Amino acid sequence: MAANLDRQGRPLIVVTGMGVVTSLGQGKDDNWTAMMQGRSGIHRITRFATEGLRTTIAGTVDTVPFEPQCAPALSEKLASIAAGEAVAQSGVGRAGDFPGPLFIAVPPVEMEWPQRLAIAEALKDKDPVTTRDFVARVGQGGFESFHELFLFGGVADRIADKFGTKGSPISMSTACSSGATAIQMGVEAIRRGETDAALCIGTDGSVQAEALIRFSLLSALSTQNESPEQASKPFSKNRDGFVMGEGAAALVLESYESAKARGATILGFMLGAGDRGDGFHRTRSSPDGKPILFAMKDAIADAGLTPDDIDYVNAHGTSTPENDKMESFGCMAVMGERMKEVPISSNKSMIGHTLTAAGAVEAVTSMMTLAHQRIPPTINYRTPDPAIPLDVVPNEARDAKVRYVLSNSFGFGGQNTCLVMGLEPAA
Amino acid sequence: MNAREVWITGAGLVSSLGEGLDAHWRAAVAGDAPKIDADSFAPVTVHPMPAMEWSRQIPKKVDQNQMENWQRIGTYAAGLALDDAGLKGDAERLATTQMVVAAGGGERNVEVDDAISTGLRKTDDKGRFLNERLMNDLKPTLFLAQLSNLLAGNIAIVHGVVGASRTFMGEEQAGVDAVRIAHARIAAGQGDVFIVGGSYASQRPDMHLMYEFKGHNRKGPWVPVFERDGASAGFDLGAMGAFMVLEEAGTAKARGRKPYAKLTTVVSDRTRRDPGDAAASLRHLWETIAPKLKSGRFTVLSGSSGARGVTREERDALAALAPSAPARAIGNLIGHGMEAQFPAAVLLAAMVLEHGGLFPPAKNSPTETAFDGGIDQVVVTGLGHWRGEGLALVERV
Repeated sequence: MAANLDRQGRPLIVVTGMGVVTSLGQGKDDNWTAMMQGRSGIHRITRFATEGLRTTIAGTVDTVPFEPQCAPALSEKLASIAAGEAVAQSGVGRAGDFPGPLFIAVPPVEMEWPQRLAIAEALKDKDPVTTRDFVARVGQGGFESFHELFLFGGVADRIADKFGTKGSPISMSTACSSGATAIQMGVEAIRRGETDAALCIGTDGSVQAEALIRFSLLSALSTQNESPEQASKPFSKNRDGFVMGEGAAALVLESYESAKARGATILGFMLGAGDRGDGFHRTRSSPDGKPILFAMKDAIADAGLTPDDIDYVNAHGTSTPENDKMESFGCMAVMGERMKEVPISSNKSMIGHTLTAAGAVEAVTSMMTLAHQRIPPTINYRTPDPAIPLDVVPNEARDAKVRYVLSNSFGFGGQNTCLVMGLEPAA
Repeated sequence: MNAREVWITGAGLVSSLGEGLDAHWRAAVAGDAPKIDADSFAPVTVHPMPAMEWSRQIPKKVDQNQMENWQRIGTYAAGLALDDAGLKGDAERLATTQMVVAAGGGERNVEVDDAISTGLRKTDDKGRFLNERLMNDLKPTLFLAQLSNLLAGNIAIVHGVVGASRTFMGEEQAGVDAVRIAHARIAAGQGDVFIVGGSYASQRPDMHLMYEFKGHNRKGPWVPVFERDGASAGFDLGAMGAFMVLEEAGTAKARGRKPYAKLTTVVSDRTRRDPGDAAASLRHLWETIAPKLKSGRFTVLSGSSGARGVTREERDALAALAPSAPARAIGNLIGHGMEAQFPAAVLLAAMVLEHGGLFPPAKNSPTETAFDGGIDQVVVTGLGHWRGEGLALVERV
């Protein structure tokens, strides 16, 4: 086996730069410190009025100012912060001249209520107002900026412009596995030999009233508003839904060969990815768990490993009754009895579910777990669920020998994507 | 690694012209006036969907009811493509068939939006009002009819395509890159069978609003796409579902399938779109296919929108790059379908190659010249109305 290739003869891929921002703070070091202390970033929402809502808490990022008030504006800012940190650490290319493509997971965007209100108020003489009145009014001018702001490809284009990535930027949406898919796309592009480097980002700044209400109407969210920092309790018996979170993470992927050639510091190997669809239901997993467990198996096999090689699972772990049960079941099916001893923990206990960004945020945490040989905890674990007989690294971080990490991401619409990372390639 | 050959082995196209490549060929050859509706959403003109029997591809009413129109159109077209490729119901093959979908999304309940907008303006406690109305007036299932990746989700549920799916967003360029990435993955051995495409619902005032911010909806008397400029510039949004099965040639041969055509090359790029950028980008992309072109045997099918500036740049660049090749703007036939436009253009290229000849030019479009010769190759262009440039070479096998 050539030193720069994996067992299947494909280029080995490494991570040379990472950046992250969540409700716990900006930068991977601050986030890591907070996670090691088991801190929660979940709090009462102050960004908008919460009267009349069933859920009034979230892991919003409140330290980053953004205008105008809408998801794409914040999502772009968060992506820019994370990418800035990642590209600077990597040292690849030059400022504003990244030598490869951009794969970015972004929340689906659309015009939001502050903007609708602005147009309605410009229609002083009309009552009632209709969308067709809006069309007539904006045709007279004054709202041009909304076009680029709310195009689905807008955030990606502005990030591509700022960082000087090459070619056509790809905006991904595979629901809550989007961040992992963005990384998978980068892995595949480097393996195809199209590029030596890729900038992979997941970003989500979409905690606005309507977005929260939509999840609320699907009964997906925790309503344990009294103690926000205790509401996200993955794998606990009394878990009652996820808590929305915001954040972004960016990873610079490079071929091992080119990273070595330029003397880059190698943070770890991105060894494998697997994804499977689920045709069972729009929001629920197949009862047999097959898509989930095949995605895990595919990722492990793609990395040239076996389930016995996995030392730690960075869980999807949303804190919904359904996900945590199915994920536990899937892990047991893949790893067998050994799974009872394999630590599995959920970052979402601390930062909530960062949705589109989650797969990328958790990939960064997984890489830091490898670097520090220390596993972040699942906080708020007070009432074990007897149906989930796993070592969830309860409440406190733990030192451990970790060579290979499996990171899971599962989403609405039957999206299941898993990544395998390691300190070294498979032997 | 030697690149593997990629074939188009299934076509699923629905638009204002009807269903299937044959219906599109008949309409194109007849040279009828475009099927447009200039009244329902005046001053916006659209190419509407014809009446559809959704049950023919989406048998369960419960599935139909969980979707909005853009998802129904796409799921329907994907079903046509799978049928056409002989994959429908083949659970074993569908379990490893990959999906790349170009999607917009966010199909809203306009009546609810309008009522809330009207009330929101008049109330002092706007936050409370908005929360109450949204909690009470939004259907819980609306979200699932809006999420971009739920087109792929519905195709998985209705047709059993469960290899894995990737959904790309980003207007026209999402469609270009969906075809590009699927092609690249097959060529490199990262998958053997893909279903690729997109869909667009044009009869949506919320979408008309989105493009009216910059005046992109065409106004006034109808003008052929290539001749639009200045006051006549803009697009007529077109309802369409455009899905294709892309397959590694050996895989298709092994199961006895004949291809429509070979998808030889797909390339894309992004420029800032300063004046001249789009033309320069197109010239640059053209270099990748120029050595393969057979003079006198190819045509250009353009996905051009009619948008201001970029349409003229493309027309003039094509005139210089391929002065003797006949060009056709597919927007004259089916309108502009955003994410679905490039996949639709690739399907129409397959249609042209199947017939081995070209349909007549649009009336009153001097850019489009008559051509009676044989066609072996089609160059497909896809320049987004705002961003993104794409090119494909589709060839007779």
